[in-house]
Amino acid sequence: MLQLEHITKAFNPGKATEVVAVQDMTFRLEAESYAVLVGANGSGKSTLLNLIAGSVYADKGKIWLDAREIQRLPDYRRSRWIARVFQNPLTGTASSLSILDNFRMAALRRSPKRLKLGVDAAFKRAVTEKVATLGMGLEHKLTQPMGTLSGGQRQALTLLMTTMADVDILLLDEPTAALDPRSAREVMAIADRIIRENRLTALLVTHNIAEALRYGTRLIQMENGKIIRDYDQQAKSTLAQAEVVSWFDYY
Amino acid sequence: MDFYLAAIIQALCFGPLVIGLFLSMKIFNIPDITTDGSYTLGAVITAVGLANGYSPLITLVLAMLGGAMAGSCTAWIHTRLRIHALLAGILVMTALYSINLVLLGRSNKPLIGYQDIFAAFKLFTQADYNTLAVLLVGVSILFFAMSYLLRSDFGIAMRATGDSEPMIRAQGVNPTRMKTYGLAISNALVAWSGSLMAQFQGFTDINMGIGIVISGLGAVIIGDTLMNLLKIRVIPLMLGCVLLGVVVFQSILAIALSAGVDANLLKLTTALLVLLIVALPRVGGFLQFGRR
Repeated sequence: MLQLEHITKAFNPGKATEVVAVQDMTFRLEAESYAVLVGANGSGKSTLLNLIAGSVYADKGKIWLDAREIQRLPDYRRSRWIARVFQNPLTGTASSLSILDNFRMAALRRSPKRLKLGVDAAFKRAVTEKVATLGMGLEHKLTQPMGTLSGGQRQALTLLMTTMADVDILLLDEPTAALDPRSAREVMAIADRIIRENRLTALLVTHNIAEALRYGTRLIQMENGKIIRDYDQQAKSTLAQAEVVSWFDYY
Repeated sequence: MDFYLAAIIQALCFGPLVIGLFLSMKIFNIPDITTDGSYTLGAVITAVGLANGYSPLITLVLAMLGGAMAGSCTAWIHTRLRIHALLAGILVMTALYSINLVLLGRSNKPLIGYQDIFAAFKLFTQADYNTLAVLLVGVSILFFAMSYLLRSDFGIAMRATGDSEPMIRAQGVNPTRMKTYGLAISNALVAWSGSLMAQFQGFTDINMGIGIVISGLGAVIIGDTLMNLLKIRVIPLMLGCVLLGVVVFQSILAIALSAGVDANLLKLTTALLVLLIVALPRVGGFLQFGRR
């Protein structure tokens, strides 16, 4: 369970360009829930995700992961518990490294990287099996560099990589924004399957209203650094796409 | 023939340097100019160590430690103070000039008469062949150690750090620490080369490091071109390409010198050669464009 208590984050504080990206936010993400976060550009969604992941630090407030207070930990220490998929497919994977080496890093997300050869036959077999579940034929290309794959394939692999080690929270930051409609659909379906099968706690940021309605067990809208709408699964299931789109027509 | 043998020996002396530069420039994507200073530092520590009667092996270890410290300084300035890597390297290189001068006590010191590392084997009657044997053993150790390192879990993390920092942070690696290790290892290797070169040429000179990063870069780029041409993606073969690159580079220089290029123009020749190697792929594209 993830809990934010009175989290505030301002950029350029005290200057004319001051932006309060997240304002006194208190918010709780129950274990095994899959929350979808929508909101206009600049509403603070990405900052919220970065605050949870540890890429930016909160000015005020506390973040709890179960009984652990994590708001002071840097992102590379929080990654023990929190896995991420980035908006840019090129960010989540290392392009010059082979698929296998990328998976090796993901498998060691919770453990130190030591001076031993970890990519052995058994590891290769395990990755082959895992990659085969994507049904993209990538299991035959494990030694190819990530850079030779398409954005959709890389995003799908990034998702799969998160399951190589135990995950407490999975953060998905517009994972399909850079993909074509078909790849986007595939990646979302893979994400949904991974989240269900591994019973993950997930937070998805998206601009795609259809995605927001189709997936997840909770729908949240942010505006000016605050949560202004919060629907649980039941309320969410009765929402129509046009209604959600109208949330953005406030100008 | 001796002339080309000397070129090969010189190339092998540069072996650790080019592997070090491959690590900093290609794997970490950090243009590390500290090289010019840490190369001389290796030579200076070697001169001081040998003059004080330390064994060549201990001296080599000390020289490498010195290089590692120089690299850590650059990494610290770059990562903690967030100063551009290029500037961080130039700062450390400049500071090292004074440090080298103080350590050496003067600007030039001959090493004739001291027990050097090339005297370790006495297999052949000719000194050059013994030197070659020692260098081949040294470069082999370097090759196997580096291919193991880069294929290990730690090495994968190093390679990923140069590729995508957000990715490696998300996998629980502190990139600051990785870069520090990387630059330390890289500069330790560079200092190793400085030490070898001082012993091979028989003296340490305070200016011997000037422009060395360019010679190394030329070799790394030749190696990189070979990797792209042959579509090489396996670490040991990549290291092999880089080592081949330095032999090719030094041979071209040797040919240029034997063809009558004035020795005073050596640095100019080196710079032009590197420019040619860097520009060739682009000029090729330009010519194709012209044809259209």
